[in-house]
Amino acid sequence: MKKNWWKIAAVVLVLYSIIAGFLLKVPVLPILHETIRNLYFHVTMWFSMIILLFVSVWNSVRYLSGFNSKYDIVAKEAVHISIVFGLCGLATGMLWANYTWGEPWPNDPKLNGVAIAMLFYFAYLVLRNSIDEEQKRARIAAIYNIFAFVMFIVFTMILPRMTDSLHPGNGGNPGFGKYEDIDNNMRMVFYPAIIGWTLIGTWIMQLGIRYHKLNTIIHSNKN
Amino acid sequence: MKLIHEIKHLIHKEFLLEFRQKYAFAGVLLYVFSTVFICYLSFKKILVPANWNALFWIIVLFAAINAIAKSFLQENKGRQLYYYTLHSPVAVIVSKIIYNSILMLALSFLCFFCYGLLIKNNVQDIPFFILNIALGSLGFASVLTMVSAIASKTNNNFSLMAILSFPMLVPMLITLIKTSKYSVDGLDRSLSYPYFGVLLLINVLIIVLSVVLFPYLWRE
Repeated sequence: MKKNWWKIAAVVLVLYSIIAGFLLKVPVLPILHETIRNLYFHVTMWFSMIILLFVSVWNSVRYLSGFNSKYDIVAKEAVHISIVFGLCGLATGMLWANYTWGEPWPNDPKLNGVAIAMLFYFAYLVLRNSIDEEQKRARIAAIYNIFAFVMFIVFTMILPRMTDSLHPGNGGNPGFGKYEDIDNNMRMVFYPAIIGWTLIGTWIMQLGIRYHKLNTIIHSNKN
Repeated sequence: MKLIHEIKHLIHKEFLLEFRQKYAFAGVLLYVFSTVFICYLSFKKILVPANWNALFWIIVLFAAINAIAKSFLQENKGRQLYYYTLHSPVAVIVSKIIYNSILMLALSFLCFFCYGLLIKNNVQDIPFFILNIALGSLGFASVLTMVSAIASKTNNNFSLMAILSFPMLVPMLITLIKTSKYSVDGLDRSLSYPYFGVLLLINVLIIVLSVVLFPYLWRE
């Protein structure tokens, strides 16, 4: 129980963000109206994804500095769950865009950047599966992961800021918070939601790592 | 100092190899010519400058993948081991990047020449367009060199080469298409400066990452 408190916290925080997200008062803004509640789901997905991708790349660096296969498994599982978060982020974003910008996929640099980032990580999985030898797979995947993460940051954080984007905070658009569109009421839900979803991601990641460990034990017993 | 000396030798070796196996380079040239010719036959004339520009960059992109894919794929295990005993990995990757950049520059200028000859060239600001081509070729060369090094370690390397490099090349391609569109239309030059900055930044980042990561990739 002592070790599992954070899992309870994860569930409580996510439940809180869903319930409070739909019930609490939100600022009344033109165009956005009630869709502003999607902030609690859409933006949190991206935050959790980036945090988990950072965990992944950190573990890849650690793998390269000591060649301990433990870190490679963490890196792989973190990418798996980041891809799930990324797809959820895309789905919620498309829903939101449909109601505020008029179409599910407006030609926006941030959308295109993220679609390319998803391709990066799908390519990472293909790369992993195309190498049989375990040590070699771990090493090459770690190298590609570091490469991909740096490029991902450039393409989703720097490039969209240079061009016109529909997203707040890009291309001269003011970020959230500059106008009083996020009030403190919303922050009370938004920040816990990020923590909650990241913890949920960590939990799923941990289950994946355990599954992997058990699998290797079973296989080594068979031989 | 020793590193520069090593790099010089390795680049010399690359040119010598290329000269001895002329068919490889001739193959890439033929690929560029036939692609441009096919485009000419199918389009005849492109009236919209934006389409002209986009098509040019797509041709360069595919030529680049074909030209640079072989840079590591053609080296067999024995030869790589031989380099390993002789040189530092940094010298190997830097020499490959420099050599591929030169190759790409030659290739894309040639492509620009034939493309402009067959399909009417209506670039208004040619010096800046050439600068664009130079930056683009350097970027393509450095990304593809590292990706080819990664792909050469896997089992089905050629298809993987495309899968791994496309996501990295596409944002660069979009930026290039945007800036070169400015020079095609002859817009004010100051509009392209921030994009040049980004392209240079991406180039520097990729080269630094390649130099840092290649020693790990190399070890068997």
